[in-house]
Amino acid sequence: MALELLMGNQAIALGAIRAGVQVVCGYPGTPSTEVLETIAQKKCEDLYVEWSVNEKSAMEIAAGAAYAGKRSLVTMKQMGLNVASDPLMCLSYVGVKAGMVVLVADDPGPISSQTEQDTRYYGGYSKVPVFDPSSPAEAYRMIGDAFDFSEKHGLPVLLRPTTRVCHACESIEVDGERNLHLQEGFVKDKKWVIFPRLSYQAHLGIGKREALMQKELSCYEGNRIEESGESRGKGIAAGGISYAYVKDALTQLDTGARLLKISTPYPFPEQKALEFLKDLKEVLVVEELDPVIERELIFLCGKYHLPVTIKGKLTGHTAQAGENSVDLIKGQLGEFLGKQTGAVKEEGDLPALPERPPTLCAGCPHRASFYAVKKAMSGKKAVFCGDIGCYTLGNAQPLDMVDTCLCMGAGLTMAQGIRRAQPDTTVFGFIGDSTFFHTGISGILDAVYNKTSMVAVILDNSTTAMTGHQPHPGTGVTMMGVDSQPVSIPAVLKGLGVKHIQVVDPLELDQAIEAVKRAASEEEVSAIVFKSPCIAIAASGKRRQVDRDVCTGCRLCIKELGCPALVKDGDKVGIDRNLCYGCGLCEKVCPFHAIGGEGGC
Amino acid sequence: MLNYLLAGVGGQGTVLASRIIAQCAMNSGMAARTAETIGMAQRGGSVLSHVRIGEGIQSPLVPLGSADVLMGFEPGEAVRSFGYLKEGGKVVVSSMAVKPVTDSLSSTDYDPEKMLRYLKAKAKEVIVVDGSAVCEKMGTSKVLNLALLGAAIESGVLDFSRQQVEQVIREKIPPRFTSLNLRALDVGADCIVR
Repeated sequence: MALELLMGNQAIALGAIRAGVQVVCGYPGTPSTEVLETIAQKKCEDLYVEWSVNEKSAMEIAAGAAYAGKRSLVTMKQMGLNVASDPLMCLSYVGVKAGMVVLVADDPGPISSQTEQDTRYYGGYSKVPVFDPSSPAEAYRMIGDAFDFSEKHGLPVLLRPTTRVCHACESIEVDGERNLHLQEGFVKDKKWVIFPRLSYQAHLGIGKREALMQKELSCYEGNRIEESGESRGKGIAAGGISYAYVKDALTQLDTGARLLKISTPYPFPEQKALEFLKDLKEVLVVEELDPVIERELIFLCGKYHLPVTIKGKLTGHTAQAGENSVDLIKGQLGEFLGKQTGAVKEEGDLPALPERPPTLCAGCPHRASFYAVKKAMSGKKAVFCGDIGCYTLGNAQPLDMVDTCLCMGAGLTMAQGIRRAQPDTTVFGFIGDSTFFHTGISGILDAVYNKTSMVAVILDNSTTAMTGHQPHPGTGVTMMGVDSQPVSIPAVLKGLGVKHIQVVDPLELDQAIEAVKRAASEEEVSAIVFKSPCIAIAASGKRRQVDRDVCTGCRLCIKELGCPALVKDGDKVGIDRNLCYGCGLCEKVCPFHAIGGEGGC
Repeated sequence: MLNYLLAGVGGQGTVLASRIIAQCAMNSGMAARTAETIGMAQRGGSVLSHVRIGEGIQSPLVPLGSADVLMGFEPGEAVRSFGYLKEGGKVVVSSMAVKPVTDSLSSTDYDPEKMLRYLKAKAKEVIVVDGSAVCEKMGTSKVLNLALLGAAIESGVLDFSRQQVEQVIREKIPPRFTSLNLRALDVGADCIVR
C-alpha cells in the first residue's frame, strides 16, 4: 500500500484499472478528461484505450466490449451523455455481460459547461443505476463497487462524480492491484438484438429489478445513516460533494445531527431512507444541481404517509442553482438547526477590480480567423454561428464574432436554419477540428444535400485545445501510441460534396480576408479550413515590440484584436513580453507600422 | 489545520504550486486535499487553487476567512480573493500585473500599486515579490509559481522548508525541469521587495 496525492479523476482511473477494466473509450470534456488520460498513461497489459470521435461511438464500443465479456469503461462530461443517450436507453433493456461503467462528470456552477444538467436524473430516466461519490478516496473504491454491481445485474452502471470530486486531490492509499475478471467472449444469442416484443418483456422486468436493487442498495455501505448528537426531530440528507460540505459545516457549527448519505440516487435506497425518516419531523436536503434526493424523500413521505417536512431546493431553503460550499451550507444548516453561524468576514471596501473573463490566448490563430471574417464581411448582413471549444471565446469584445452557441456541432446546422428563415443573410458556421469530427460532418452533409447556401469555417488548430490537447482523427495519433493515417478535413469535405474548399493560414491576413470574400460570394455550400496550430503545441514566432517613436497611441490594435499581450503603456501601446507569441497579427493591423519583431522593426 | 489559497490568472501555474505544497504536507505525514480551477478559466481567467492540510477535513475548498496564507500570483487577483484570508493570515504576492483585455479596452486604468497598498493596509504581513524582476532573471514568466514558493520559504510564511520543497521537485516533476525550478526558488527569495 502506498499513500499518493491523487486527483479524483486519477483515483477513478486507478480504481478502474484495479477493477480489471480492459476496454476504455471516451470523448474529452471538462471535468471528466483526466480519467481516460490517466488510464492511457499507465499502459497496462490487456487494456485498450481510445479517444473515440464522439460519446455515442464511445458508449457503443464500450457496450460491444462488455457484450464480449470484457469489463469496459466509457468517459464523458454531462453534455456528452446527451449525445450518447441513444445507446444508454437501449442498453438498459438489453443489458450487458461483463461489467460496464459509464463515467459521466457533472459540473455544478457551471464552471466549464453549457448547462447544470444532472446526470442522476438520467439514471432514473434510463433505469440505469447511478453511483455518486463524495470524495476522490471514495471514488477510488466506488468504481470497483460499480463494476461489481454492473456485472452482478447485467446492466451498465453510471458513476457520476462532480467537478469538486474530479478536480480535487486527496491523499489516498492505493494498492496497485489489478483484478481481471475473465469471461468467455461474445456468445450469439437472440437477447442481443433489441426488438419490440423483447423490449416489452424487458420493460416488465425493469420494475422488479428496481425493487430488488433498492433492497440491495439499502444495505450498501455508501448509503448510510450517521448519528452524532441528538436529532431533536431534525435530519439532514446529502449526496456527492455536498455530503463533505455538510460534515465540515457541522464541525464548524460544533453540532451533530442525524445525517443520511446517499451514494446511489437511483435506485433510491428506500428501506435505508425510511429508517432515517423514522421519528423525524423535518429534513433539510443538501445537494447540487436538481432536487433529486429531495423529490425521492417527498415521494416516500407520500407513499408511506409520513408526517415529515422535506426542505431543500423546492422550498427555497437551499440554493436553486450554482455550486454549494461550506460557507453556504453553514448558513443553511445554522438556520435549520437553530445554531448561531458567527459573523462572516466581509470585505466591503475592496478597490475596483477589472473583470477577468477567460479569453483567447495571445497568439491564438482563432483570433486571426475571426478577424479575417469580420473584416471581409464588414457592412454586410451576416450571422456568425459558433460552437463548443476555445473558439467560443470569439464572442468576447472586441472580436464579438459568435452570435450563437448551443451545443457540439450546432453552429453548422443552426446557420442553415437562420438562412432558411432569412434568405438575404450570409450565414457562417464556425467549428473546430475536433468538434468537426465529433458532430460536424453530418451538419455539412445536411447543407450539401438540401442545397443550403452557407460558409462553413473549420478552425483547424490540429488538436482538441480546450480540454488539454487530446489527439483526434485529424492528428494521426491514437491513445495506444499507434500512428494512424491522419484524416484530411478537406478530403472529408470533398467527399461530402462540398465544391468550394479553401485551405488558408489565418495569420496570412490578406489572403484570409480574400478567401472569406470568395467563399461568401458562392451561392452554395462553401468551406474554408483555417489551418494554424494551437500555440500550446507550436513553437512561438519572433516576439513583437512597439516602436514608441512611431506609435501614435491610437490603440487600434487593442480595439480591433483584444490580444492579452497588447496593453496600455502610458499614452502608447506596449506588448507584454511574457505573453506575446509572435503571431504578428498586430503588426499587420497597425496602420502606422509601429509594430515589428524584437531586435529591429 | 492549515489552509492555503493560491489566486492567479489561468496559465500562471497555481495548480503545480498547490500540488507541491500538498505533497510537502504528505511527506511530513499529514493528510492533504487540493482543489483547482480547470477548464475554460484556464484561458486567462481568474483561477484559484485551494490546499487544505490536516486531519478531519472533508471538503477540498478553503472556506471564507480561513486561509492561513494567501498566495497572490497577480496583485488584483490577490485582492479579489482577500476574503479567504483569515484574521492574522499572511500574504505573499507578486507585484507584476497581468492586465486583462477588459482593462486595455476600457478608459480607466488598472493600477497594481493600488492593489498592493490595499493588501498592506489590510493584512498583518505582506511579502511582495518583484515579479517583473523574477521574469527578467529567469527569462520566462512560467516559473513565477516556484519563485513565489521560494519567497514564501525565505520569509518563513510557508510551513515547509526549502529541503522539503526541493525533495518534492526532484521526486514529482520531470528531471529536465529540476534545475530551472530550483533556480526559480532562489530567484524568488532574492526578489522579495524589502
